[in-house]
Amino acid sequence: MFENLTDRIGNALKNLRGQGKLSEENMAEALREVRTALLSADVHFRVAREFVERVQKEAAGQEVLKSVTPGQQIVKIIHDELVKLLGEGTQELSIKRPLKVMLIGLQGSGKTTTAGKMAALLKKKGYKPMLVACDPYRPAAVDQLETLAKAVGVAFYCERGSKDVPKTGRNALAKARETDCDAILFDTAGRLQIDSELVDEIKRLKAVVEPEEVLLVADAALGQEAVNVAKTFNEAVSLTGLVMTKLDGDARGGAALSMKAMTGVPIKFAGVGEKIEDFDTFHPDRMASRILGMGDVVSLVEKAQESLDQAEAERMAEKLARADFNFEDFLSQMRQVKKLGSLQGIVGMLPGMSGVKIGDAEEKKMARTEALILSMTLQERRNPQIISSSRRARIAKGAGLPMLDLNQLIKQYQQMKKVMQMMKGPKGLSRMKQMAKEVEAMKNQKR
Amino acid sequence: MSFFEKFKQGLKRTTPTFYKAFGVVGGLFSGKKLAQEDIDLLEEALYGADIGVETATEILEEIKAAFKKEKELRGQDAAAIGAAVLRRVLAGAEGKLPEFTAKPEVIALIGVNGSGKTTTAAKLGRMFQDKGSTVLVGACDTFRAAANEQLAVWCQRLNLDLVSSHQGADSAAVAYDAYDAAARRGKDVLILDTAGRLHTKHNLLGELSKIRRVLEKRDAKAPQHRWLVLDGSIGSNSIEQARVFHKQFDLTGLVITKLDGTSRGGALVGIYREMRLPIYYVGLGEQPEDLQPFSIESYVDALFNLKNPAE
Repeated sequence: MFENLTDRIGNALKNLRGQGKLSEENMAEALREVRTALLSADVHFRVAREFVERVQKEAAGQEVLKSVTPGQQIVKIIHDELVKLLGEGTQELSIKRPLKVMLIGLQGSGKTTTAGKMAALLKKKGYKPMLVACDPYRPAAVDQLETLAKAVGVAFYCERGSKDVPKTGRNALAKARETDCDAILFDTAGRLQIDSELVDEIKRLKAVVEPEEVLLVADAALGQEAVNVAKTFNEAVSLTGLVMTKLDGDARGGAALSMKAMTGVPIKFAGVGEKIEDFDTFHPDRMASRILGMGDVVSLVEKAQESLDQAEAERMAEKLARADFNFEDFLSQMRQVKKLGSLQGIVGMLPGMSGVKIGDAEEKKMARTEALILSMTLQERRNPQIISSSRRARIAKGAGLPMLDLNQLIKQYQQMKKVMQMMKGPKGLSRMKQMAKEVEAMKNQKR
Repeated sequence: MSFFEKFKQGLKRTTPTFYKAFGVVGGLFSGKKLAQEDIDLLEEALYGADIGVETATEILEEIKAAFKKEKELRGQDAAAIGAAVLRRVLAGAEGKLPEFTAKPEVIALIGVNGSGKTTTAAKLGRMFQDKGSTVLVGACDTFRAAANEQLAVWCQRLNLDLVSSHQGADSAAVAYDAYDAAARRGKDVLILDTAGRLHTKHNLLGELSKIRRVLEKRDAKAPQHRWLVLDGSIGSNSIEQARVFHKQFDLTGLVITKLDGTSRGGALVGIYREMRLPIYYVGLGEQPEDLQPFSIESYVDALFNLKNPAE
């Protein structure tokens, strides 16, 4: 498993500290790490090479050599360069009305789903969208789009049985004019960029429809092939934007960089889930972190903001400050965290933790803790000190778990309470720091 | 058309970089030292096939070593070295189906969204039917809009029996019904098409386990074959996909689709290296007969353009 780039570069440069000088050789080694990192993130070979050269130039100009932590500084330069490169160009859709959008791409890249999501987005923005089915080849593709149109609540147009896609396009436009639809989305068939017959078809459709936007929908996990795909389609129909899909997976997404770098076409949207609303404008900074394996803290924070209850969080903070914390709060905290998704998913978003695996064991432990707390009476949850041994026996039995588990939980609770007591008052923070130091010292002793 | 031809035709669209690096023209490495440009060219070709940093480095090292001994090394010689390394890495990767012992023998197709499961299910069905087996297909993708209809159209086209339900139904229930129907109708093979799911979706992976649990009630070993369907144009993430699905579902093999473009599906090399999962079939085109058994020889030869380098 690929580790954090920061660590790797740090390793390449670690002998330098103290000497204060960075030789060209050392630098070269660090840059080789960068290149390997990019290649294993599926960045195209040539893009990776050019990018490393760019970084090298940038690094030379910035006197990285004098920096205390050259590794981190180089990573920052790389990150910034990546953001710059990924974010170039306008990410906005054309403001023309009616707005005509053509979605093209390989088979299975997610065009139809994207069409549905985009219609929902445009509807929210005040457009009256129409989805047009232009895929007469894949069985039931038309049905899929129709189902989505119904789910989103937008107009739908298709010509079943007709394989004349440009004609369908023309008729759809007429229909849209009639029904006052002002955002018309054409969902085309998946095709290989080298299938000249089908590429010709989208060219003809484009000539008829004259779309403001021609978007290439591409799977974020694409390999080295991404460049060929983007280049060929761009040459054929002049793309106005890219849509990266399946970003809710854990692909590092080097394809995005490759396609952007080789074509200059801006990345406009990102598909981030299976639901209709899982569609977002593209964030170059997050993508950069992802490509570099630096985690995605921003997304985690956003996710937390979305799913956590603000008022609840504030109430909790207050309680913590008063060291007044009981099992009710414990339960509510646990449930809040659960809302964020699987523990593995959360940990994966933390920097430097992308390689850490959380097994089912931890997830199960959480479920057990929940069961234990739920087996307590409200009174017991609020005043844990009343939990006597007979109560303990009842709770453990109720949860169907050994007494040992319950004892552990109660012990854990008591420790937490102790920590909170220590944090209370003006000197809390310094006491905490002292404690952290002691823990660290203990760890070092063990080594 | 011979099998090799088919393979080659599927993979035929030239990779210009491979051609440049390994083409027969000229003594590519005729200097005293292997020039940096030559190495770059080789690297570009190797990485361009998604075979992964590890294997690419291994091939490159061997070519460099050969060059040290033999200064007149030509492009085709380098290609032969590369092919030899790849053959070595892939040794044992050809999936060979054992004689079916159960009736029905169950094949479950799983994979991420858009990898080509539904199409593969139909094509596999047709293939077994052509071989004289009786086949039933179960449409366990109850999530994606119109997935049922897509499979229904395929089955009608290829004259295959199908058991399906409605969108939103319980996929495990469909699997059970399909098994039941296959058993009652005395079918030899049951192919289950499941919903696409990203390997990062914990709860959806749980659904897969449920399908398996439900089937085990009827036959403790079913599904005997748990194949991961991978899109050949996907890069290194395929390896991560395989890892997670393998852990969750104990995979028995792979099917690589969409190898008819210019992509080379090199991720299979990385997967085989790590997990030793055999590759059963590859998709070389849109027609039903374009699903072909995987052959190391053909794959390697087509990749390095060995049989007909002038092409």
